Amino acid sequence: MDSLNNATFEALQLLASGDSGLWNIIGISFKVSTTAILIATPPSLLLAFLLAYGDFPGRRLLISVFSTLLSIPAVVVGLTLYLMLSRQGPLGDLKLLFTQSAMVIGQIVLCVPILVAMCHSALQAADRRAWETARTLGAGPVRAVLTVMHEVRFGLFAALLAAYGRIIAEVGASMMLGGNILNATRNIPTAIALETSKGEFSQGIALGIVLLILAFILNGLLHYFQGKGRFAT
Amino acid sequence: MPALKLFKFIPLFFYAFFFILALPAQAGEESLLRLATTTSTEHSGLLQHLLPAFERDTGIRVHTIAVGTGKALRMGRDGDVDVVLVHAPAAEQAFVKAGYGIERHDVMYNDFILVGPTEDPASVKKSQSASDALARIANNAHIFISRGDDSGTNKKELKLWRDAAIKPMGNWYREAGQGMGKVLQMAGELSSYTLTDRGTWLAYRSKSPLQLVYQGDPALFNPYGIIAVNPARFPDINHAGAQALINWITSPPGQRLIGNYTIGGTQSFTPSANSGQFALGHEPASQAH
Repeated sequence: MDSLNNATFEALQLLASGDSGLWNIIGISFKVSTTAILIATPPSLLLAFLLAYGDFPGRRLLISVFSTLLSIPAVVVGLTLYLMLSRQGPLGDLKLLFTQSAMVIGQIVLCVPILVAMCHSALQAADRRAWETARTLGAGPVRAVLTVMHEVRFGLFAALLAAYGRIIAEVGASMMLGGNILNATRNIPTAIALETSKGEFSQGIALGIVLLILAFILNGLLHYFQGKGRFAT
Repeated sequence: MPALKLFKFIPLFFYAFFFILALPAQAGEESLLRLATTTSTEHSGLLQHLLPAFERDTGIRVHTIAVGTGKALRMGRDGDVDVVLVHAPAAEQAFVKAGYGIERHDVMYNDFILVGPTEDPASVKKSQSASDALARIANNAHIFISRGDDSGTNKKELKLWRDAAIKPMGNWYREAGQGMGKVLQMAGELSSYTLTDRGTWLAYRSKSPLQLVYQGDPALFNPYGIIAVNPARFPDINHAGAQALINWITSPPGQRLIGNYTIGGTQSFTPSANSGQFALGHEPASQAH
């Protein structure tokens, strides 16, 4: 217990002292995960909408596929992309391995299934009449899609937070694709893994605290918006 | 018009797209060198001691990827890094021979040691040789943690078992599949023996309940070599940078820096670039197969 207390105390000191290495790592985590979620969201939303409202062959199969992909281990995503991005792989010419771009790609692959599956179930639950009403009132297809999405915005928001939560805390794919390079691809989870293996537990705990605070803020936001949603409807 | 609110986010998405497009250009810049190395050079703190000086002297930025020697050589073979700094002479020789790398240069050496519980239940401290030490652990069936990850240390350990004519098997022999630091922690928690390089041990000693139980056999010699990845196989790798790092690390200033890197007052690596004494094939006789 003693060493845990010590490590936690040192961790708080590190955070408070503005340790540049520590904050650099935190910055990389946020930059990579935010980029990934911003890129992944629009196509996922579109796909989720098509799955909920469209009618085409293979629709049910696609839904099952995305639900299955929810449970794909991050290291498998990491390994698959590693082999593709390696110089010996089909995408080797892009020279993306061990860069932040590779991490962004890995995190996109990890969060798309969550986004699609959760947005799909949110959109499915929407009242179909919203779509029909919007169309009847003269809205173009794009406007109508946005109207429906606005109806279920809280469900979509929850999907976004869940996806963000997964990728910002994910270690396997980031480690393989980024290579845990200091000041380039070392993010919070890979740094925790490294510091732990080096026996620098206080650094690990400091970074863990940052992740926890982030999760707390995200959840707070979610509850705030859901609360507003309840009163508004 | 609530739906319009969603439009506000569209510029954000554009920003993200441009960001990811801009990244590869940034990563491919001329002055960036990718070094695959072993966990021992990174975890012992040596690279943090050396590389800032190299970056200052040459203006080349180094991205270090610390993995086991097996994986590091694999990365070199695949052209995913420009240069490798590893410690497994036999594997390095094969790497160069197969044309994956150009030439192996001696950089430095230290040695492997056996660490174990303070009370030394298998009496390893009385060992006459490394083989004897391993035999005592095996005969006592005391827990031994193996790296089990095809690293340089792991390759050395397996060779030592072979030399001692012991097949490490059974409940006492545990393959961790982890880096050196993690294995030292596990060995500490389980009060068991393990083989470690001296550099990592010096960095962990103060946090570990274990102590050094055997050292000194010439078979425990641990040389580090640096090899540039063959540019004939990958014309666009940063070969100039790799050569610059090799020249620098084997130059007198680089070697001096290695020599004066201490952990807790103890020198952890001995520079060997210019001695020639420890060149491949000239290792102490007892290491021959």
